Amino acid sequence: MAEFAAFLLSYETLRVIWWLFIGILLIGFAITDGFDLGVGALLPFLGRTDEERRVIINVIGPTWEGNQVWFVLGGGAVFAAWPAVYATAFSGFFIALILTLFALILRPVGFDYRSKLHDPRWRNFWDWGLFVGGSVPALVFGVAFGNLLLGVPFHFDADMRSYYTGSFFGLLNPFGLLAGIVSLSMLVMHGAIYLQLRTEGDIQQRAQQMVALATKVFMGAFALAGVWLLLGVSGYRLESFPGVDAPSNPLAKTVVRDGWAWAMQYVHHPWMLLAPIMGFGGAALAWRCSQQQRPGRGFIASSLALAGVILTAGFSLFPFIMPSSSDLNSSLTVWDATSSHLTLKWMFGVTVVFLPIVLAYTSWVFSKLRGTITVAQIRAADKAMY
Amino acid sequence: MISDTVVELSRLQFALTALYHFLFVPLTLGLSFLLAIMESVYVMTGKPVYRDMVRFWGKLFGINFALGVATGITMEFQFGTNWAYYSHYVGDIFGTPLAIEGLMAFFLESTFIGLFFFGWERLSKLQHLIVTWLVALGSNLSALWILIANGWMQNPVGTVFNPDTMRMEMTSFSELLFNPVAQVKFVHTVSAGYVTGAIFVLAISAWYLLKRRDLGFARRSFAIAAAFGLASTLSVITLGDESGYELGDVQQVKLAAIEAMWETEPAPASFTLFGFPNDDTMTTDYAVQVPFLLGLIATRSLDKQVLGIKDLIEHNEGRIRKGMDTYAALERWRAGQRDDATKAILLQPQNDLGYALLLKKYTPQVTDASPAQIQQAARDTIPKVAPLFWSFRLMVAFGLWMLLLFVLSFYYCARRTVENQRWLLWAAVLSLPLPWLSAELGWVVAEYGRQPWTVSGTLPTHLSASTLSIGQISFSLSGFVLFYSALLVVEMFLMIKYARLGPSSLGTGRYHFETRDAGQASLAAASPHV
Repeated sequence: MAEFAAFLLSYETLRVIWWLFIGILLIGFAITDGFDLGVGALLPFLGRTDEERRVIINVIGPTWEGNQVWFVLGGGAVFAAWPAVYATAFSGFFIALILTLFALILRPVGFDYRSKLHDPRWRNFWDWGLFVGGSVPALVFGVAFGNLLLGVPFHFDADMRSYYTGSFFGLLNPFGLLAGIVSLSMLVMHGAIYLQLRTEGDIQQRAQQMVALATKVFMGAFALAGVWLLLGVSGYRLESFPGVDAPSNPLAKTVVRDGWAWAMQYVHHPWMLLAPIMGFGGAALAWRCSQQQRPGRGFIASSLALAGVILTAGFSLFPFIMPSSSDLNSSLTVWDATSSHLTLKWMFGVTVVFLPIVLAYTSWVFSKLRGTITVAQIRAADKAMY
Repeated sequence: MISDTVVELSRLQFALTALYHFLFVPLTLGLSFLLAIMESVYVMTGKPVYRDMVRFWGKLFGINFALGVATGITMEFQFGTNWAYYSHYVGDIFGTPLAIEGLMAFFLESTFIGLFFFGWERLSKLQHLIVTWLVALGSNLSALWILIANGWMQNPVGTVFNPDTMRMEMTSFSELLFNPVAQVKFVHTVSAGYVTGAIFVLAISAWYLLKRRDLGFARRSFAIAAAFGLASTLSVITLGDESGYELGDVQQVKLAAIEAMWETEPAPASFTLFGFPNDDTMTTDYAVQVPFLLGLIATRSLDKQVLGIKDLIEHNEGRIRKGMDTYAALERWRAGQRDDATKAILLQPQNDLGYALLLKKYTPQVTDASPAQIQQAARDTIPKVAPLFWSFRLMVAFGLWMLLLFVLSFYYCARRTVENQRWLLWAAVLSLPLPWLSAELGWVVAEYGRQPWTVSGTLPTHLSASTLSIGQISFSLSGFVLFYSALLVVEMFLMIKYARLGPSSLGTGRYHFETRDAGQASLAAASPHV
C-alpha cells in the first residue's frame, strides 16, 4: 500500500496523471459545452421562427453555464499544472485567443438578453451572436490542436521568457484549418444529436438530417487529417532529456524532427489505436442511432467519438504538449513543462476530492431539467423562459 | 526586453478589464445572498410576495450575472495572453487557487444558477431554497479563491525561487491558504459586495416607495436590504483591510503612500485627514492631521512604529543591494558553478532577488548597476502618492455615508414610518452608484498601490508582460474598449427597463402595471418578454 502511494505520488506518475486530467477536462468540456457550441452554431439554421429558436435556446439555456466551467477550469488547470504551456500558448496564439474570447462573451449575453426585448431585429442579432459564440470557438480549438501537431514557432531565452515568432495567419494553414473542420463538424454532430434528443416535430426532424450530414463531414475530415498526419506531417521525437523527475526546464533536452514520430506511437503502443477507432466508430454509431430515432444512445456514441478524437491528438503528441518548430529544444513536454512536485500533489488531491462531487451534482441538475422542450412550453411560460 | 509601451498598454488593458469585471462581481456576491435570505423567508412564511421578490430581484441578478460571467472569462485567460512571463514565473503557486476556484466554486455557482432560474416548477420549495443558497455559496467561495490568489500577489508567502526552473515554486500550500492578507481581503471584499447588493435593493425599492407603487413588495424589500446592509457596512468598515497593512513589503509601502506619510513618526503616528501630497518635494501641503489615529488603525497598538516613505526608500535600497548579491549568485549558478555556498544564497527565503530585478529597467546586467541607478530603483518602489491618498479617502467617505444611510433606513423601518421619510428615500436612490465607486476605488488603492510590482518584492511589473507587439495589444485593447462599452450600454438599458417595470415584469397579474386598466393596455403593447 505504502509502495503504491509512493508510486502514485511520485513526480513521474503525477506528471502523467496531470496529462490525463487535462485530457479528461478537455473531454468533459467537449462532451458538455461541446453540444452547447454545436447547438449555437446550428441555431439560425435549425430554428426558422422566433419560437423555434427559443425552443433551441431553451434546450441548452439552463445548463450551458455550468458546462462552460469545464472550459474555464481547463484554463485554470493548465495554468496550475503546466504554467509554461499556459504562458507560451496563450501569449503565442494571442489574436486567435482574443477573438475566441470575444466570441465566447457573446454567449452569456446572448442567452440572457435575447428574449428580454420583443424587437425582431434585436432577437435576430443575438441569434447570430450565439451562432458566432458557438462556431468560432469550435473552429479555433481545432485549429489550435492542428497547429500543436505541426509544431509552433516559439523559443525561450535563458530567463525562460517565451517568444512567439509566427503570425496569426500562420495558424490558418491548410492542416490547421482541416483540424478546425474536424472539430467544428464533430461539435455540430454532437449538438445536433442533443437537439434531436430534447426536441420534437420539425426541429427534431431537421436535427436528425443535420446529424447525418455532420457525421459524414466529420468522418471524412477526420480520415483525411489522419492520412495527412501520417504522410505529410513531420513529428518530433525526444532524443535525450534529463529524466522524468527532473526539474521542469524545457531547455535541458534535445529534440529532433522525425517524419514518422507521430505514427510510430501507434506502432510502439498499438492499444492507442483504440482512440481513432473510437472516433470513427462513435460517429458511425451516432449516425445509425440517430436514423433509428434513438438519440439517447446516439448522444453517448457521439460523446465517445469526441473522446476518441481528443485522445488521438493527445496520444500522437505524447509526451509532447507543444512542440516548437523553430527551436526544437524549446518544445514543451509532460516531463519539463509541469509545475513542481508539491503543486501537482496538492492539485491532485483537490481534484480527486472535488471532481466526483462536481460530477454528482451536475448529474442531479441534468436529471432535474431533463425532458423535451416544445413551442407550447415556451408559449405557456413566456416570461420565465429565455 | 519588452518595450515600455507594451507593458503600459498591457497594464491599461488589465486595469480596464478588471475594473469592468468588478462592476458586476459585487452585485452578484451581495444579491445572491439577499435572494437566499428572501427565499428563506418565503419558505418559512409561505407568503407569495417573498417568492415574487426572489423572482424579480433574481431577474435583475440574471442581467448582471451574464456580464459578470462574460467578463470573468477574460480575466482567467488574460494572465496567459498578456502576462506570460508572470504566468511562467509564479504559475506554480498562483495558478493553484485559480484552478481550485473553478473546481470548487465556479462549478457550483454556474451549475445551480440554471436550476435557480428554471427549476421553480421542477423542484420542491426546500430543494429550490437549497439551490439558491448553493449559488450564493458558490459565488462567495469563488471570491475566496480569487482573493487568495490576489492576496498572494500582495504578500507572497509559501514560496521559494528555484534556480533550475527559473521561477517561484510552492513550498507550503497551507501558508498560501491561510495568508493573513488574503483572509482580510476576502472578508473586506465580500462584505463590500453585500453592501452593493443591499444598496441596489434599497435604492430601487425606495424609488417604488417614492412612486407609491407596489408598496407591500417595496417595503419588504427595503427592510431586508436595510438590515442586511447595516450589518454588511459595519463589517466592511471594521474589517477594512487596513489591518492587513503591517504584513508584506508592498503593504507597508501602500500604507505609507495612502497616508502620505513621508517621515517615520514616533508611535502612535498621526493620521492625515486632508492635504495635497507632493511627490517631488516629499511633503503634504495644507495637511490636516489627527494625532495618534493612524498608529492605532494600522498597528492596533500604541507602541508599534509605522515606517515613513523616506525610510522605506532607504530600506529598499539596502534590499536592492542584497538582491544584487543574490543575482550574482544566480549568474554563477547558471554558468555551472553549483556549489553549496551559491545554493545557500539563492535558497534563503529573503534573498531579495526580486529587488535586484527592479534594476533590469536600467541595466540588463543588474550586477553592474551604478549607485544612481540603485537609488532610482529604490525610488521606484514607491507608487505615486496622490492617487492613493485620494482614492482611499473617497472610498472611506462613501463608506461612512452608506453607513449613515443604512442606520437611518433601519431606524425608520423599525419605526414603520420609512414611507413618509421622502428625503431618506431620495438619499437612498441617489446613493445607488456609491458602492460601485467605493469598490473600484478600493481596487485602485490595492493594485495601483502594489506598483512597481506584480508580485510584491518578487517580480516587477515591467518584466511580467508577454512579448507582444504594440499592434497586437492595440488590437485587443481597442477591441475590449469597444465591445465592453457596447455591452455596458445594453446591460444598463435592460437593467433600467426592468427596474422601472418592477415586479410587473413577472407576469403574475398582481402588480402595478398589470392591475391598472390603462397599465394593462400599455403593457400588452410594450411589455418585454423575459
